[in-house]
Amino acid sequence: MSSNGLLAVEDLVVHYVVPRGLVGTMARRPQKLVRAVDGVSFSVGRGELLALVGESGCGKTTTAQTVLRLLEPVAGRISFDGEDITTLPNSALRPLRRRMQIIYQDPYESLDPRLTVKSTVEEPLLIHRSGSKRERAELVRDALARVELTPPDLFLERFPHELSGGQRQRVAIAASIVLGPDLLVADEPVSMLDVSVRAGVLGLLDSLREAGLAILMITHDLSTAARFADRIAVMYLGRIVEEGPAEAVVRDPQHPYTKALLSVVPRRDPRERSRPLILTGEAPDAIRIPRGCRFHPRCPVAIADCRDIDPVLERHGAAPEHRAACILAG
Amino acid sequence: MSLLLQEPGLLAGDRPARSRTGLLWDVIKNQPSATIGAVILGIFIVLAVLAPVLAPYGLHEQVGPVYGHPSWAHPLGLDDGGIDMVTLLMWGARISLVVGFAATFVSMVIGGTVGLVSGYFGGRTDTVLMRITDYFLAIPDVPLMIVVAAIWGPSLFHIIVVIGVLLWTGTARVVRAQVMSVRERAYVKRARSLGAGDLRIILRHVLPQISPILIASTVLTIAVAIFDETALAFLGLGDPSRISLGKIIENAFQRTAISSGAWWAIVPPGAAVALLILSCSMIGRAMEDALNPRLRVSHLSAKGFRLRPLVGRGPDAV
Amino acid sequence: MSSLLELEELNVWFDLPRGGTLHAVQGVSLTLDRGERLGLVGESGSGKSTTVLGLLGLLPPTATLSGRCLLNGVDILAEGEETVRPHRWVDLAIVFQGAMNALNPVQTVSSQIVEALELHGLATGRQAKARVGELLESVGIPRDRGDRFPHEFSGGMRQRAAIAMALACNPSVLVADEPTTALDVMVQAQILELLDALCRDFGLALLLVTHDLPVVAQLCDRAAVMYAGEIVEQGPVEELFHDPRHPYTRLLFAATPDLYGEGVPVSIPGTPPRLDRTLEGCPFHTRCDRSFSRCKDERPVLREVAGGRSAACHLNDVPAEVA
Repeated sequence: MSSNGLLAVEDLVVHYVVPRGLVGTMARRPQKLVRAVDGVSFSVGRGELLALVGESGCGKTTTAQTVLRLLEPVAGRISFDGEDITTLPNSALRPLRRRMQIIYQDPYESLDPRLTVKSTVEEPLLIHRSGSKRERAELVRDALARVELTPPDLFLERFPHELSGGQRQRVAIAASIVLGPDLLVADEPVSMLDVSVRAGVLGLLDSLREAGLAILMITHDLSTAARFADRIAVMYLGRIVEEGPAEAVVRDPQHPYTKALLSVVPRRDPRERSRPLILTGEAPDAIRIPRGCRFHPRCPVAIADCRDIDPVLERHGAAPEHRAACILAG
Repeated sequence: MSLLLQEPGLLAGDRPARSRTGLLWDVIKNQPSATIGAVILGIFIVLAVLAPVLAPYGLHEQVGPVYGHPSWAHPLGLDDGGIDMVTLLMWGARISLVVGFAATFVSMVIGGTVGLVSGYFGGRTDTVLMRITDYFLAIPDVPLMIVVAAIWGPSLFHIIVVIGVLLWTGTARVVRAQVMSVRERAYVKRARSLGAGDLRIILRHVLPQISPILIASTVLTIAVAIFDETALAFLGLGDPSRISLGKIIENAFQRTAISSGAWWAIVPPGAAVALLILSCSMIGRAMEDALNPRLRVSHLSAKGFRLRPLVGRGPDAV
Repeated sequence: MSSLLELEELNVWFDLPRGGTLHAVQGVSLTLDRGERLGLVGESGSGKSTTVLGLLGLLPPTATLSGRCLLNGVDILAEGEETVRPHRWVDLAIVFQGAMNALNPVQTVSSQIVEALELHGLATGRQAKARVGELLESVGIPRDRGDRFPHEFSGGMRQRAAIAMALACNPSVLVADEPTTALDVMVQAQILELLDALCRDFGLALLLVTHDLPVVAQLCDRAAVMYAGEIVEQGPVEELFHDPRHPYTRLLFAATPDLYGEGVPVSIPGTPPRLDRTLEGCPFHTRCDRSFSRCKDERPVLREVAGGRSAACHLNDVPAEVA
C-alpha cells in the first residue's frame, strides 16, 4: 500500500445477480451470481497514477465505478482522504463528489451533443453552485488552458461535433478538473483515439498528476500502462493477482498470468519478437470461478496445491511494494 | 503545445452536425412528403382558425334548399339544412382540429411523463408503469371510447379526455425506449457522478434528447386522435352542440344524403378528414425516418460503384 | 515472376451529400506475392479500409473508382462488378472489421459457412458439411461446436468463425481488416498466431489492415503506411522501424508506446488534411517536424529510396548534410 493513500480500498466485493426471469423464479432455480469484483485491495496516493490492467471481464471497470460509488459494493471498505465512504448516503456523498471525478472511454459519447464546450465545462460548477458568473467563466477558461485547448476563446462556443476525438477527450478532462478534484478515475481514456493523438492526452494526464492529482487509470493496454503509470495492478477474474511499481511489474513479473500477458503484447520493434506464452481458451465467466487459485486451469506452471489454495496478495518481488498472489512466486 | 482548432477533417466516424433549427423544421424543409403534408395541414389550420372571418356564409344560415346542388355561389353545395358546405367544412375542421390537438396534448403529457419516469428510474417503477401501459394497450380503443362516451355523456371535454387517455401508450413506449438509451450515455453518467440531481439531469440532458422522438410521436398521434374523434362523432357520440367533420358526415348519413344523391354532403367532409390524417402521417413518418437511419436500406445493395479510366500521377494526371 | 496481386494506381472518390467529392484513396499501388504478409497501416481517415474495399469491389454507389487490380495478371476491376464477382471469396476473401459481430444470429455457424460454399457452387449437402468441419478445425474450433449459434461463442471464437468463412472457398489472398481490434490481448495473440499458421500451411497471402503498428511489426514481412489517402512509405517492416524514410512513419512509431522501450511516447500535433479539397504540397507538411520550403509547394511522389523500399518525401532527395 502506498503511504499517502488518498484513496484506499480494502477487500472490495461487488456482485451482480443474474435475473432469473419468470420461469426461473417459479422453478426456484438457484440465483446466479456474477462475482465481478471478489476481494480487491489497493490504494492511490496524491501525485500517483495507478493503472488497473486486465482483460475484459476481469472487473477493472466495475472496480473503478464502485470506488466512486456509482455502483454499490456488497462488502469491503472504501476510504477517501481518511473518510470511510463505503456506505455514505447520497446527501453526504454529494460534497465529496467534487473531489472525485471520472472520464470515460468514448470521446463521442462523453459530451452532450447539444451543449457547447463552455456549457459542458461549466456544468460541474453549476451543479455545485460554485462562484459567480464571472468566477465561473474564469474557471472554465483556466480549465481549457490546462488541457491545452488554447486559446480558450476559440473553443468556448464550439459544439462537440466540430471537434476531433482528441479535442473532445480534452474537453471531457477539462470538465472533470474544473472543480479541482483530488482524484481522477480514467476509464480507458485513450483507447478510442488515434495513436498519434493518444500520447498527447496521456501526457496531459501525466502533467495533471505532477500537479498533485491522484489518478486511477483503467486500461487493457499494457504498453500504455508501462510507459505512463507509476504503479500497475493486474486483475484477473475479480482479483488483483499482481501489483507493484510499473517498472518492476513489467520487467520482473511474479505471477504466471502477468508473465503470459506481457509475453503476448506485440512490440514495436520487429526484431523484438519474444516467445509468446499464449494461454489456451479464454477466461471463464465470473459466475463459475474455479476453486482454489482462480487462474489454475489456464496456468502453465500450476501444481497440485493450486487447486486447493486461494493465494493471497503477498510481497514477492525484489521491490518492497511488489506483490503477487501466487504460491510459486518469489 | 497548443492545439489550434483546425477545420475538422472528414475523418471516418465523424457524426453529422445536429441542426440548430430543430428536426421538425429540417424534415419539413427537406423531405418532399413532409413538405406536402405540412402545406396541407397548414392550409387546414389557417382555414379553421380564421373560419369566423373567412367563412363565406353563416354557420346556421340557411341559404338555399335542402341538399342544394353545387353552384358557383356554393361550390360544395348545401347540406340537409340548406347550410353552405364550405362554411360547414371550415367550422367542422376547427372542431376536429381542436379535439385532435387537445386530445394529443393530453396523451403526450401522460405518455411523455410515464415514458420518462419509467425509463429514467427503471426498476419497480418501470415494471409497474409498463404493466399499466400494457393494460391500456390491450383494451380495444374504439369500443371503450364508445362505452365511456355513452355512459359519461357526450361533450367536447369528455371526448378529448377519453381519446387522450387511450392514446398515450404508444408515446409512452417510444419515449421510454429513448430515455433508457440516453440514460446510459457517458455524459449522463458523468453528470450523475458529479452529483447532479435527477431533475437537473432530466431537464438538461434527457429532455432535449427525447424531444425529437416525442414530437414525431405527437404528430402521428394527432392523426389517430382526429380519426378517433371522427369515428365517435360518426357513431353519434360526439358533442351534439358542436359540429366536427365527423358530425357532418353523420348528419348526412342520418338524413338520407345518399339516397338523395347528395354526394357533396358526404364526400368533401370525408376527404377533408382523410387529408388531415394523411398530412399528419406524412410529417410524422418523415420525422421517424430521419430519426432512425437504420431504416434506410439502400446501403445493402452491394453493386454500383462507378469506374473511371486509369488516372495517372504527375504530368499525366487527369 | 509477376506477383499474385498487383494493385495499380487505385483512386476512390466519394460523392458528398452537399456536392463535391472526397478523394479518399489517391493513387495507391501495392503488390502482394504468394505467401507474403503485407501490413497496410494507417489511422482513421487514412483510406486503408477504403483501399481494400475498393480492390474487392465492395464500394457503395456513391463511390467512383479508377485503377487496376491484377490478380495473376488479369485486371479484375476492368468491368466493375462483373469482373470482380467471380473472384470474390474464391480468390480474394476478406474478414471485415467487426466481422465477429456480423454473423447471422439466427443461423448456426456451420450453416453460415455451408451457405458460402453453396453460393459459390463448391459443395453441397454432406460434402459441404465435411468441408465445414475441416475448416472449423483448421481455425481451432472443435467440429461439433459448429452447430451452435453465434451468441454461444466468445468474441475470439466468433472471429475464428469469420476467418473460417473467409477460407471456405480456398482463396489465395486473405484480407483482414482490423481483425483483432476489439479483442483482448491474449485472444489477439491467439488470432495472430492462427493467421500466421494459416498463411504458412495454406500458402495464403495476407493483407492485414490495421492502425496497430506493433501488430504489423509482429506478423508482417512488409508494410505500407498510409496517410491522407496515399501510401507515404513502403518496405520491410524492420527497415520501417529502424530506418524510416518518411517523417510520418518515424513519428507514428514514436507515438506508439512500447512495453520496454525507453522514453515517453510523443503525439503528432495537428490533424490530417481534408480530402474534399485538392492539396498543395505534401499532405503531411503542416504536422511534419522536418518540413522545409519545398514541402509547401510541391507534392512528393512515392519513389524507390532503397532496394524494395519506397517513400514519398522530399527529404530523400536532399543530400544528408543539407537536410
